[in-house]
Amino acid sequence: MKEKTYVEDIDRSLYDFRNEDKDSFRLEEGLTEEIVLKISEEKNDPDWVRDLRLESLRMYNQLGLPDWGPSLADLDMNHISTYVRKNAKLADNWDDVPAEVKDTFEKLGIPQAERKSLAGVGAQYDSELVYHNMKEDVAKQGVVYTDIESALRSEYADMVKEHMMKLLKPSDHKFLALHGAVWSGGSFVYVPKGVKVEVPLQSYFRLNAKGAGQFEHTLIIVDEGADLHFIEGCSAPKYNVANLHVGSVELFVGKNARLRYSTIENWSKNIYNLNSKRALVEEGGKIEWVTGSFGSHISYLYPMSILKGRGAKTEFTGISFANEGQNLDTGAKVVQLAPETSSVMSTKSISKGGGVCTFRSFVKIGKDAVNSKSAVSCESLMLDSKSRSDTIPAMDIRTPYADIGHEAQIGKISDEAVFYLMSRGLSEEEAKTLIVSGFADNVTKELPLEYAIEMNNLIRLEMKGSIG
Amino acid sequence: MSNTLLQVKDLHVGVQDKEILNGVNLEIPEGETHVLMGPNGTGKSTLGYALIGHPKYEVTEGSIVFNGEDITEDGADERAKKGLFLSFQNPLEVPGVSLSAFIKSALEQIKGERVKAWDFKKKLHATMDVLDMDYGYAERDLNVGFSGGEKKKAEILQLLMLEPKFAILDETDSGLDVDAVRTVSAGIDEYKKRTGGTLLIITHSARILESLEVDKVHVMIEGKIAKDGGRDLVDEINDKGFEEKE
Repeated sequence: MKEKTYVEDIDRSLYDFRNEDKDSFRLEEGLTEEIVLKISEEKNDPDWVRDLRLESLRMYNQLGLPDWGPSLADLDMNHISTYVRKNAKLADNWDDVPAEVKDTFEKLGIPQAERKSLAGVGAQYDSELVYHNMKEDVAKQGVVYTDIESALRSEYADMVKEHMMKLLKPSDHKFLALHGAVWSGGSFVYVPKGVKVEVPLQSYFRLNAKGAGQFEHTLIIVDEGADLHFIEGCSAPKYNVANLHVGSVELFVGKNARLRYSTIENWSKNIYNLNSKRALVEEGGKIEWVTGSFGSHISYLYPMSILKGRGAKTEFTGISFANEGQNLDTGAKVVQLAPETSSVMSTKSISKGGGVCTFRSFVKIGKDAVNSKSAVSCESLMLDSKSRSDTIPAMDIRTPYADIGHEAQIGKISDEAVFYLMSRGLSEEEAKTLIVSGFADNVTKELPLEYAIEMNNLIRLEMKGSIG
Repeated sequence: MSNTLLQVKDLHVGVQDKEILNGVNLEIPEGETHVLMGPNGTGKSTLGYALIGHPKYEVTEGSIVFNGEDITEDGADERAKKGLFLSFQNPLEVPGVSLSAFIKSALEQIKGERVKAWDFKKKLHATMDVLDMDYGYAERDLNVGFSGGEKKKAEILQLLMLEPKFAILDETDSGLDVDAVRTVSAGIDEYKKRTGGTLLIITHSARILESLEVDKVHVMIEGKIAKDGGRDLVDEINDKGFEEKE
């Protein structure tokens, strides 16, 4: 038991370092109209954004907490500061980022990854972006990649207004209303018609401040025939008070366009991760989701794809790993509205040390979506008898002309397989780690190499001290 | 006596309180090839599992001494590091882990150092040639969708790559066609040639023994070694059987 704690403490430090909250502007905790107006003023919002915030706050106060998932009773908004900003300007050069913030991202490998394999990088620290840059040749193609605040003051202001919180509406649920009221930071990406961005763009979100919330908004518009891979990473140090992440991701995939949206989420285990993601896909377009969820205390996360145009497609590949003290309620949703649309969901979940994984899928095939297809598969692996894994599929099929498949498997790690690997010289922990990595292979192989390695490291980290 | 590699003394082994081995004695000198025969359900595989440390096979009495060291209490991974190997009768499937990645990580555990990717690949391919295996198998998920014969070849591939001091082959020939038996025999020959290793071959047919030099044959009946002999014992059993149907 002692050794286990020792090992975890050492390794966790990779993500777990914290910076002192000095030299920053922090709003008082709680959620009132006064606070929302202060955020609006601080951010110098256009009128419509301020109105959206106030309207969202009204809805927040009307809407109830979800009564169907993990309990949010311990999440007290009166103890969350919704806006924390470093006293630093947004930089496009790492040298201009304050030293300790830069140091944070250096430790997380962000500038290194940018140099090696990315077309552009955004880095958000608490409520605001501290760094944003894109390679020149990508900018020359007409690709726009910036923070939302800058976009609101640019020639793309109307485009942002036309799309922002239209796909994810504040009225959808309480936490979208919260997001609408206090959102700050995030990214705006526009890929013009026919432009194929060869290497990925990446945004990294770091929540450093204790007892704070992060509410970034990501808006991506991939125009007709264009192609983009966007990667999102997140982490935070652990505190003994609740931190909150309520991001929103709105994705618009144009006719015959393709967007791949990859996420490696490694929030610390005191975070409530109540994130919403939605994609609207036009004719012949495709949205591909690749998601690895490792962190947070409680997660509610079900990216939705709306297949609006004929022949639109979605593929969702995801894995969730719940360890001690974690309750991860994740899944995916798809709404197929047009003929010949197709959806494939393939998810895995791993639970260990009393962790709880719940997988929810929802497939709706509308009456016009004739000759459409949907295949959902979910596999769960429980590493011990005190962990828990549930699968909750739902389907609403309104046409007889659709091809629907659903598969679910829940299993325990096989003692015989562990023994087989051990008989070749692997320790019990190594054997289990190898089996779990293999189980997660469907996600790993969809990720760019650097992220696949990071994901395997996260699995290794979670598997430490798995003997007993 | 100094060259005794494996010494099993009065070994009693039970599974879930049911005693299967009741007093096995066995001595195998270094470099020799021994054969263990016997009717079904008599405890041959149990002995194999007990020797490499399967946690479900509990040693209730007696001891296993390997290379002069009592390993009765050692875990399976420690025994593997000391040079024991079992070719499984029914190797397990491990999705998402390639055969080559598995062998490489096992090799690194046993050697205690990193193995260079290029050297490893060269040796792997050369060894796969001996076993008449398509290189594509190395990148396939470990045993997933392998036929019975392919699984056995993959076991022998591991034997040749890991080069243990002592290998137990549990029914490696069962369920194989004539060609596959020949290939597996060639693999076993190669193991002897490369390492001068010591073997305990568990089988109930003589086919795999045709091309192998056998030093000693043991017959197990009802959880005990009932008879020891030379190669001629194999022929005798072939003619007369174990007095019961296989």
